[in-house]
Amino acid sequence: MTAYLLKRLIIALATLVLASMVVFAVLEIIPGDPARLMLGLNASADQVEVLRNQMGLNAPLAIRYLHWAGGLLSLDFGRSYTYSVPVIDLVRERIVVSLPLALIALALSTIIAIPVGLYSASRRGRAGDAIAMGVTQFGVAVPNFWFALMLIYLFAVWLRLVPAGGFPGWSAGVWPALKSLLLPAVALALPQAAILARVARSALIEVLNEDYIRTARAKGLPYRAVLWRHALRNAMIPVLTILGLQFAFLLAGTIIIENVFYLPGLGRLVFQAITQRDLIVVESVVMLLVAAVIAVNLLVDLSYAVVDPRLRSRQ
Amino acid sequence: MSLLEIENLSLAIGDTPILKGVELSVAPGEVMGLVGESGSGKSMTALTVMQLLPFAARATGRVTFDGIDILAASEDQMCALRGDDIGMVFQEPMTALNPVKTIGEQVAEGIRWHTRSSRAEAEDRARKMLDRVGLPAALFPLSRYPHELSGGQRQRVVIAIACALKPKLLIADEPTTALDVVLQAQILDLLRDLVAENRMGLLLISHDLAVVTEMADRITILRHGEVMEAGDTARTLSEQLHPYTRQLAQASMHVPARPKTHAAGSAKPLLQVEGVTRDYPGRRMSLFKRATPVRAVDDVSLSIAPGQSVALVGRSGCGKSTLARMILALDRSTSGTIRFRGETITGKSETELKPARRDMQVVFQDPYGSFDPRQKVEKLVAEPLHVLDKKPAPAERREMVAHALHEVGLGPRDMDKYPHEFSGGQRQRLSIARAIITRPKLVVADEPVSALDVSIRAQILDLFAELNQKLGIAYLFITHDLTVARAITDEVLVMHDGRIVERGMTSEVLDHPQSEAAKALVAAAPDLHRAIARRLQEQG
Amino acid sequence: MTLHVDIPEETLASILAKALRNRSFLIGLAITALVAAVAILSYVWTPYDVTRLVISDKTQSPSLAHWFGTDHFGRDILSMIMVGARNSIAVALVAVGIGMGVGVPLGAFAAARGGLIDEVLMRMNDLVFAFPALLSAIMITAIFGPGAINAIIAIGIFNIPVFARVARAGALAIWPREFILAARAAGKGSTLITIEHILPNIATLLLVQGTIQFALGILAEAGLSYVGLGAQPPMPSWGRMLFDAQTRMVVAPWMAIFPGMAIVVTVLGLNLLGDGIADILDPKSRRQR
Repeated sequence: MTAYLLKRLIIALATLVLASMVVFAVLEIIPGDPARLMLGLNASADQVEVLRNQMGLNAPLAIRYLHWAGGLLSLDFGRSYTYSVPVIDLVRERIVVSLPLALIALALSTIIAIPVGLYSASRRGRAGDAIAMGVTQFGVAVPNFWFALMLIYLFAVWLRLVPAGGFPGWSAGVWPALKSLLLPAVALALPQAAILARVARSALIEVLNEDYIRTARAKGLPYRAVLWRHALRNAMIPVLTILGLQFAFLLAGTIIIENVFYLPGLGRLVFQAITQRDLIVVESVVMLLVAAVIAVNLLVDLSYAVVDPRLRSRQ
Repeated sequence: MSLLEIENLSLAIGDTPILKGVELSVAPGEVMGLVGESGSGKSMTALTVMQLLPFAARATGRVTFDGIDILAASEDQMCALRGDDIGMVFQEPMTALNPVKTIGEQVAEGIRWHTRSSRAEAEDRARKMLDRVGLPAALFPLSRYPHELSGGQRQRVVIAIACALKPKLLIADEPTTALDVVLQAQILDLLRDLVAENRMGLLLISHDLAVVTEMADRITILRHGEVMEAGDTARTLSEQLHPYTRQLAQASMHVPARPKTHAAGSAKPLLQVEGVTRDYPGRRMSLFKRATPVRAVDDVSLSIAPGQSVALVGRSGCGKSTLARMILALDRSTSGTIRFRGETITGKSETELKPARRDMQVVFQDPYGSFDPRQKVEKLVAEPLHVLDKKPAPAERREMVAHALHEVGLGPRDMDKYPHEFSGGQRQRLSIARAIITRPKLVVADEPVSALDVSIRAQILDLFAELNQKLGIAYLFITHDLTVARAITDEVLVMHDGRIVERGMTSEVLDHPQSEAAKALVAAAPDLHRAIARRLQEQG
Repeated sequence: MTLHVDIPEETLASILAKALRNRSFLIGLAITALVAAVAILSYVWTPYDVTRLVISDKTQSPSLAHWFGTDHFGRDILSMIMVGARNSIAVALVAVGIGMGVGVPLGAFAAARGGLIDEVLMRMNDLVFAFPALLSAIMITAIFGPGAINAIIAIGIFNIPVFARVARAGALAIWPREFILAARAAGKGSTLITIEHILPNIATLLLVQGTIQFALGILAEAGLSYVGLGAQPPMPSWGRMLFDAQTRMVVAPWMAIFPGMAIVVTVLGLNLLGDGIADILDPKSRRQR
């Protein structure tokens, strides 16, 4: 057990370090000098040089990487070129939008998908299954930002139930804030729920073909009891895998969805930073998102060990 | 009054008829053996009684259990019967248990479900049941998971599940087929005891006539979904009135004709294995300690003379397949040398091995898995020609394949078919054709007939014998089945825990085993002659 | 006694017969063929010229003259969807090609060699998976400039580890089979075995994954062009059309509805096709409960 956990932890940390190197390297090769960008086209070469020195841009590559990585560890992400405030302040301001959004979406997707998967698998080949699978087949094909547009049209423009976009801030009260996150969360969650429901269904069907299901039936357990007691837990492994992957997907999805709904979240921040070439912000937010993905994947690996006793004893 | 009465049972899956008018009965305390080759419908008969048939299956006729009409029973009624009055044991113990639940949970589950007893009570009964099937609490606490148990131990758990509530009827579908002979004997003993203790009826399904003869009071012989013959075991098998019964019995005891036999040491040895050892990296117990390696093959020496047929027998996991792979240079030895035709083949590169590979081929157990399903026979059988220095031209290649096919009793037209167009026995012929196409001097055969039905098995053994006689090919037969060893080999090597513990002339070793391991194997091996004799003796 | 091994026992004729009975496959094939045909047709004919702006016709609702209406420049939506199909298909298809071309050899190699090489390759895979694909695609296109080519590269890179994983997992399932041992006993090396035995046996798996990645590629391309990093105007693209539609939802909802439907239908068709192929060729899915 400990060996398995330790191995997964080491792999996660190594991946994180490698990822930070990749992010740093990619942004190094970006065309354009950040100092010149900040000072504008009229600045003299000397002024640019002075600023370059101030920003530490003239130090050797390895030193700059270590300095940057060290800063990340102490949550000192540096200062944004365009906003002229510490990046950590920007992140702190934005994360309270993005994180709840991603979590609500993930929760919604799971809550919808698992019962649908169970229902379909237990009624395999019958009308209910066919309808559920038809709907999810559509769900998988829908781009979330288009779905978002349709939701806005339906609920904001037509029915006027929720705001079409923007975010009042948590200071305006929990309910108004949640209300403005509702449509974006639904837009993110439903296509993901469709994928998850299909995965859950096929995982369950696969498990239902196993010999030990027949053993359980031969014990006299009714089909429904077999489904809940024996099939579900065994089918959790592929479902967990997909959940982990979906988290990364949801994070990336927020970039576009936040743009559709004009939500001041991390996704919108990084997107604007990219267009404004605010490298420090881009580096920091990308690293933050990558770290979140790695952490979630580690969590998924750990939950495998909880579900599957074979992993616990394997060294 | 019968416990289980099957009358005129017919079954079809979709449009395919599976069973036709099957009649069968089991009385309390009686063991009924249901025998048949693959596809005869024996498992479907069992699943009909349990009402666990596939979706599209439709059954007609009458199945009565303890006065209950099974075919008309509702699913709720069946749930009440299953696991309580009727228990079932399946063939494959490795997959029959839920990997994420403890054995305690799995045994207790049925008890709780049927008796509505508390968790503690159910666990108490589960504990007693596991003790009864030979899994004592000290070594097998309820908290064990299936993956921590061996195949034989898992089958004991499955039996504990099936018998936990003392069912009136136990259905055992090939319960020992996946186990080696020694485990098989243990499990059969356990089943026999449980029948005697609880006056339980046992429907024992098997392809192995010897196993059924040892166990069953009466037998029913099934072929293509129809009952061929049924009756008292001893009488049915000693009189052999029905031609199919005779055919089955004879095939089970078949010994191919081999006028020429080879004794060891008469000529320069073809294959010499000297002090070969194979270690596998073991399980790490701690992060900081090096794992102690597992020794699969331990200081083995042997030699095979040209044209000699040698059996390597032993229980599963004794290292015989690992040894075979090292001889075939498919696995590296940790130490020791293997010489083939006088040349050392251990530690050689693939290019250096080419000449040796030409003279050394292999036949595997599984006639389904040993061919690439995407290639045609011509390409498959010609595969070993890769080792020839001069690659034959296409026309020449076809000629060679046709010749090899002819030698194993297949026609040249079979060249353009895919492997799935052949039956299991034919595929094993293809396998042999592939092995002999380079005119090898040694063929290593790893359980080559254990996946085949008895009548097919007899034909394939004949083919092996014929090729040995005609082409002078030496064999190393790896098998757990002593009947096969007796039928086709001159000499036997008995392997146990990675070592060769006994060797000698086949009849000598099998009739008068010296080592403990060999004695255990011989005692456990089902033997039809012996079983019939014993049955007749018991009945006087 | 019965050894159950899932081997596709198929001949070309029986596969074809089964394909003709498989609803998913037939519908998927029909939709995919339709989309491809429309894309090809757009090279020779579209109802209107998509490069000509007719301001007097702007934001007209769907009519007989303009089935799907017109956009804010008076361009015919149907014509733009037809031309946009080219772009979507080309980007997604080439991205799948990149993914397969690089990923499959990597995965097959990792499976054949095992050990350290396998471990290193799989850790590299983990590394790529740690980057949310769309975020990274946005970074790549932002750095190297927006445009269809960079979109292809960005999407293609993230297809590589997907195919590497599938190929490796498939190959690992084939390697322990007895027919591979037989090939090794015939003196064949791992490269030859991979080419002769492994690849043909995982081709189905790769084909199914290919259709899935194709569909995902279409979605990703739409996302990229929606944020302005895909194909550049005047080349119409489905994502870009949705972006233009967003601010005009109230006056011209058709500008958003139809391009979105084009994406949904195309992706749906490809997914159905993939499901159908998997159904037809995978013996497992035919097993009964």
